[in-house]
Amino acid sequence: LTENSNQNANVVGGRLSSVEHLRAWDKNAVTEVVEYRGETTIVVPRELLRATAARCRDAASMQFNLLTDATCLDRHPYEPRFEVVYQLVCISRRDKLRLKVRLSGKDPVIDSLVPVWPGANWLEREIFDLFGIHFNEHPDLRRIVLPDDWEGYPLRRDYPVEGFRDIPVMPLGFTKTSI
Amino acid sequence: MTTVETAVGQAKTMVLNMGPQHPSTHGVLRILLELDGETVVKAVPDCGYLHTGIEKSCEDKTYSQAITLTDRMDYLNPLGNNLVYCMAVEKLLNLEVPKRAQYIRVMMVELQRISSHLVWLGTHAIDLGAMSVFLYCFREREEILKIFEMFAGQRMMTSYIRIGGVALQPPAGWRQAIERFLKYMPSRVDEYETLLTENRIWMGRTKNIGYISAEDAIALSMTGPTIRAAGVAYDNRKLFPYSSYDEFEFDVPTRTDSDCFGRYMIRVAEMRESLKIVRQALDKITDDGAIKAEAPGIVPPAREKMKTEMEALIYHFKIFTEGFSPPAGEAFVTVESPRGELGCFIASDGSPKPLRVHFRSPSFINLQALPKLVEGQLISDVIACIGTIDIVLGEVDR
Repeated sequence: LTENSNQNANVVGGRLSSVEHLRAWDKNAVTEVVEYRGETTIVVPRELLRATAARCRDAASMQFNLLTDATCLDRHPYEPRFEVVYQLVCISRRDKLRLKVRLSGKDPVIDSLVPVWPGANWLEREIFDLFGIHFNEHPDLRRIVLPDDWEGYPLRRDYPVEGFRDIPVMPLGFTKTSI
Repeated sequence: MTTVETAVGQAKTMVLNMGPQHPSTHGVLRILLELDGETVVKAVPDCGYLHTGIEKSCEDKTYSQAITLTDRMDYLNPLGNNLVYCMAVEKLLNLEVPKRAQYIRVMMVELQRISSHLVWLGTHAIDLGAMSVFLYCFREREEILKIFEMFAGQRMMTSYIRIGGVALQPPAGWRQAIERFLKYMPSRVDEYETLLTENRIWMGRTKNIGYISAEDAIALSMTGPTIRAAGVAYDNRKLFPYSSYDEFEFDVPTRTDSDCFGRYMIRVAEMRESLKIVRQALDKITDDGAIKAEAPGIVPPAREKMKTEMEALIYHFKIFTEGFSPPAGEAFVTVESPRGELGCFIASDGSPKPLRVHFRSPSFINLQALPKLVEGQLISDVIACIGTIDIVLGEVDR
């Protein structure tokens, strides 16, 4: 998974300064930097996610004021299986950044980013609904697209595409010859 | 079943269920409204009635097969959905698309933007009681759909944009058809404006209704005409140009009033800007040239080649049975859809099927600002506010 990562990548000035800024601010904030197809991904430890996100928004050299997307991906059966991904945009500097947190399948709990960006509310509800990631201190953690009594988390890789429902079987008498 | 906790907790408020079958919700959106008389105290949107699991289905299809699923998310902007998905796969593959195909894509997507805004304008006006605008808007939309049918053989679910380019060469007579459209369309936009912009009822129903400040709009991750009406010139076509948009000259209209009227004015202005872009694209598209990238094993070979060359036949067979495998990695691409920033996040694990496909749908994220827009307003303004957010429920629920 880390074959594309290169901590010493020769990257565009603005992005490099974001990574360096975060490293200077807290040496534990950046565990890995992935440069791929011109996109920068910073892997953040779970404990520092909210503080790092707030730093990305507030620091004068970063100003990532728009949280454009949040999603999750499941690498089952590998561990840590979940990767929660946040896409940030700085409108004034025309810059993008991706934050990523790796979570194990045994303990899929993470701090909510709603206190930093209120727009994270529905995005995190969607991740909770479809992946079963729990967000600490989320103001309204309910299912959003599935019914409240749905069992399981459909976007996990171990959830079959056709679901767990019984495939209806044709009654025996109802065959072509009987008609 | 979503329930609402009463905000005031006093006997004088009542909870009213609006939708999911109410015509002004533009699909199947349900809103729980807590009312004090006619004033909205609290609004809780409830969505998911149209959830079809498109993202999950994409994981079970090859990269090319999933294009048809993207058409069906935002059914007023299928070409834009095709575009963002194909661009994300092309980014994973590091595939360069020929310039001519890029210009065709731009032209089609801008025509789609006009048609989407026309549906929006017509239905929004009918919600607020202006019946005739709907008929005029759909008259012009029909012309755009005819152009799509000419290009792709389909009116709505075109799947015209493919990985590496577009599906077909532009058909005979396409230039005249678009010239004709560009000739009459500006005066038609004027016509809608004559009906609405200075209409006293229209102004009464939209001015100072559904205000949101620029700070709140950014904090709530809003994009598209909604955020531009709040004075933030955030447009992916300008900020992060894709598909050669940097070669086109157009303005990003912004306003500062940020109410329903402002959002209406922004969308009308965007229709005029889109016409400018279509005109420039028409001049840039040469009469002949490549419409697909040269990428054996990814882009299917031409039919004649497949019938005559052994190698092309093998590639054809491989693409349609097994598909192709982009290298492991992730890509996030955003485009400007008529509703805002449409994004596609694809993760590949090096197999012929994507590990994860996620769509950042502008309708879904803009909809979460609805309570902010309507709380404290009258119940009739809720309808105006749903209209100006311009949601498509197929995209909200995916």
